[in-house]
Parts: sequence; C-alpha cells; structure tokens
Amino acid sequence: MKVDKETLKKIAHLSRLDLDEGKEKEMLQSLSEILTWVEKLNELNTDNIDPLTNMSMEVNALREDKIGEHLDRERGLSNAPDRDATFFKVPKVKD
Amino acid sequence: MRKYYSLKDIKNDIREGIIDCAQLVDHYLKNIKDKAYLNAFLEVYEDEARQQALLVDEKLRTGKAGKLAGMVIGIKDVLCYKDHSLQCSSRILNNFKSQFTATAVQRLIDEDVIIIGRINCDEFAMGSSNENSAFGPVKNEIDPERVPGGSSGGSAVAVQAGLCLAALGTDTGGSVRQPAAFCGIIGLKPTYSRISRYGLTAYASSFDTIGILTTDVYDNALLLELMAGKDEYDSSVSRNPVPEYSNKLEFKDKAKIAYIKETLEDPRIDKGIKEKIKNVLDFLKSEGHNVEAIEYPHLDFVLPTYYILTTAEASSNLSRYDGVRYGYRSPNTMDLQSMYKKSRSEGFGEEVQRRILLGTFILSASYYDAYYTKAQKVRRIIRDKTLEILEKYDFIALPTTPTTAFKIGEVKKPLDMYFEDLLTVQASVAGIPAVSIPVGRDKKNLPIGFQLMGGYFEEANLLAFSKYILENYN
Repeated sequence: MKVDKETLKKIAHLSRLDLDEGKEKEMLQSLSEILTWVEKLNELNTDNIDPLTNMSMEVNALREDKIGEHLDRERGLSNAPDRDATFFKVPKVKD
Repeated sequence: MRKYYSLKDIKNDIREGIIDCAQLVDHYLKNIKDKAYLNAFLEVYEDEARQQALLVDEKLRTGKAGKLAGMVIGIKDVLCYKDHSLQCSSRILNNFKSQFTATAVQRLIDEDVIIIGRINCDEFAMGSSNENSAFGPVKNEIDPERVPGGSSGGSAVAVQAGLCLAALGTDTGGSVRQPAAFCGIIGLKPTYSRISRYGLTAYASSFDTIGILTTDVYDNALLLELMAGKDEYDSSVSRNPVPEYSNKLEFKDKAKIAYIKETLEDPRIDKGIKEKIKNVLDFLKSEGHNVEAIEYPHLDFVLPTYYILTTAEASSNLSRYDGVRYGYRSPNTMDLQSMYKKSRSEGFGEEVQRRILLGTFILSASYYDAYYTKAQKVRRIIRDKTLEILEKYDFIALPTTPTTAFKIGEVKKPLDMYFEDLLTVQASVAGIPAVSIPVGRDKKNLPIGFQLMGGYFEEANLLAFSKYILENYN
C-alpha cells in the first residue's frame, strides 16, 4: 500500500507528531515500503481463524481489595516539567 | 584481577579470601572507565555500588548473604529502579526518575546483587543494532567498528567486555538473543509472562519479556529462577510454580530436535552461519540425538506479523509520553496541542516516530481489519503450527541471526534492519522461550549464535541442553 501525503498528515496528527518537511519524503517512502511488504499476509487464507488476542495463560488474577502503599502527591508530581503545589501545569486549554 | 565468567568462580575466590566484593566492584568500575569508548553504560552508580559492596562483604562475613552475593550486574535503561534516572535511551524521558522498582530488579536486590549502572540500548528497545539510541551507538568489543546488535546491545557488550558479570535486557522480537549472538555470549528470552513486567517500560505488551545475558548457563538459570513467578503488580504474569532452574542443568536424555529446513537453505542467510549450524546439528546427531529436518512454510509470514502487531501496540503504549506529567516538554509550545506535538517530535527519535506512525495507521478505522485483525489471525496460525512441532520434538534449532555483526552505518534502510529479526521473531510471536548460545566464529572471526526454542515454560530443558552443547561441542 502506498501512503500519500494526505494520509501521512492525518496519521501524524492522530499520533500527535509534527513531521519536518525535510523528513516527510523519506518517511512516506519507508512507510509505503513497509506496508507493501506486510501485505504478504494476504497470501495466507485466514477464513474461520479467530484472532489471537491474549498471550498470557492467566485468567482473572484476583486479589483482596485492601489498602496498600500509594504514590503520594509530592512524589507523583516530582517528575513534572511544570507544576504548582498540587497540580500539573499545561498551556491554557480554553479561551 | 582476572576476568570472571561465572558466579561460581567469584564465590569460590571470595571464600578462599582471594577477592572481596569491594575489590570486585573496583575492578568492574575500572573496566568501565577503560572501555568507555564502547558506550555501553549511560550512567554508572559508582558510589552506590561501592557502598553496596561493603554491605555485602559484611553480610558474607556474618553468613547472612543472599544467593547473588558477589554478582555485579547492569540493567538495561528500560527497567525502573526507584529514585534512579530512566530514559529508555530517549530524549523524551529527560529528567525522569523512577518512582518504584521493577519487580524483577527488586527480587535480585533482595538477594544481594550489586547494580553497577544503567545500560545503553536502542530507543524504547526499538532496533536491531543499538544505533537508535539518543546517546550514540554501542560498539562491539570484538570489533568496535561493528554493532553489538540490539536492542539490548549495551547489555550484551557489558557482559562481553567484562564490565559486569551479567546484565538484564528485554526481548520483544529478539533483542536479547540477537545481541548475545553478535557478542558471543548467552542470551535467554523466557516464556512470555514468566517474569513480571511491572516496571518494564512497555513497547509491545503482548511480546515484551525481560531477558538475561550471561557468559555462564548456571548464572542465567539462577537469575531466571529468582526473577520469575507471580507478582500482584502484574495480572498477566504466570502463576505457574517456578522450578529451581539452576538445579536442573544436567541433560542426560537423548533429545529430539527439529530444524527448519528453510533456515539452512535460505540464500539470504550467511553461508558461514548455515555451515556452522549444520556442523552443530551433525555433532548432535553423532552423539545419538534425534535430529530431523522439518518444513515450516510460514517462515516468511512471521516477520510481517511481528511488525504489524508490535507497531500497533507501540503506538498505543507510547501515547503516554505527552510532556504533561513527566519527561521532556518542548519550550516551543503555544497551546496544548502544539505542546503534545512539539514535545513528541523533538523528544522521539526517527525510528520510534516511524513505528508510532505505522502503528497508528494500522489501528486506524479504515485499515484495522485489513492489517491488525489479519495479523492477529496469522499469529494464531504461527503459534499453533509452532506448538504442533514442539509436541513431537523437544526443541527447534535454528541460527539466531541471518548475518554476523555488521558495521555501524552499514544497514541503512528500515526494512533491511527489520530483516535482522527474521529468525528470532518466531519465538516472540508464539510466546515460547528461546535461547542463543555461542558456537564459534565465522571467517571474519565474528561470533555465531545457535538458537534453541522450546515449549511453554520449558526453560529448564532449554538451559540444560544449552549447557550440554556448550560443554561438549568443540
């Protein structure tokens, strides 16, 4: 499958990525190549096969609901690029 | 101080009074400095390791030391270690400090391991050469112009070059086995879910495993048995009892081994590698093991399946890096959306961005069924066919890699780099354990890895048979 510029722009936005004009061409080419290559799977008949969605053999790991250690606020905020005493700070969201 | 290849030798020399942990740590610290050009470590915990060594020496004197007293390890920069920096070799995690310790790491600390530092890798464990690190490539000690493999390249080099005795890596599609092969050491990827993933930075959650790099099979088995097992912080981890792997390393039976015919005929795989693997198989036959060729016509479907599913999972997992709560935030932001976009574009490297874009495309409404669901179906076929083989045979044998260590900068196109994972992804797609062991060198004097895959939770057998080959072949 060949990816066009429009599609790339759309998925870059969905991925919250800004692509450099300079890198766009190379990215378009590599994505198209990879997506064409993975289409090899279409050669395999998968009618009546269920998708494999879970690799762990564990089901319902239950435990007692009890109070344990929690991340205290100061620790939780300690990695923030911007914060005040209680909250993470981000640029203005609403006008 | 001599170079140590096993915990047994270290323990022995400690008992004899020839060395103590303090001297051992000094020895590794000196090696790390002398071999800084290899770029294996991102951070060395010099003072802490020295402190810890004194504590362990004291415990040894009073007879209270844990099972790993005398073992110095490094951990790949994707594993959380409380109050220590964690970057996944990425700029996007600038200034990040772990708020808790990964279960696997904690269990080793509880047995008095000494952690000497944090190790370089491909950014977010995405890569097959360790060239994708934001902190520069790691170099293979055998030839510093060559790559060590990836993504746990730094972990492999740290062990290879004697910068620590053992190292933790992670293996999503071969990231422990391939660098182990390129560096001439042992690399184990356990069964999916055998070791808790709590505190392991997620790349592709249905594939990710913590793996172990050592020069000695016993050390590998011991680390596995100490890390594996149930954990209330990971609901997917297996609650199967953990065998004492280190006590089950004698292989006395005759093994039934299948080798995939295609892997020894494929012209894309180095001739020298194919010859060496044939030679090992001939040796096993001559020793009375049952070695049979089988056909596995699905081989060429495994790699595309792997890349569809892992990029999809990665695009979802890496959406958490948004510059809000931790890590890098771009100074060039105007509003919330530009903050997300600028932080992510400036923080992630090119290969990580490529995989996020691929995964986002694959998971987008119009293509979800054609790519993602399709690959999940093929995954079931691959897994079932692989398990079918393992019902009849103890092991599947194949080369670990299609090439030996290549030169830094030599493999340029992303697809050519993905091809490096050709032979390791089958175990990852199926979720089964696999090990790579060194069996010799090619004409360029570069190490060759021999790979064995086994059935679910058959690590004991895999390690025992690995030990048998290492002790008897050549």
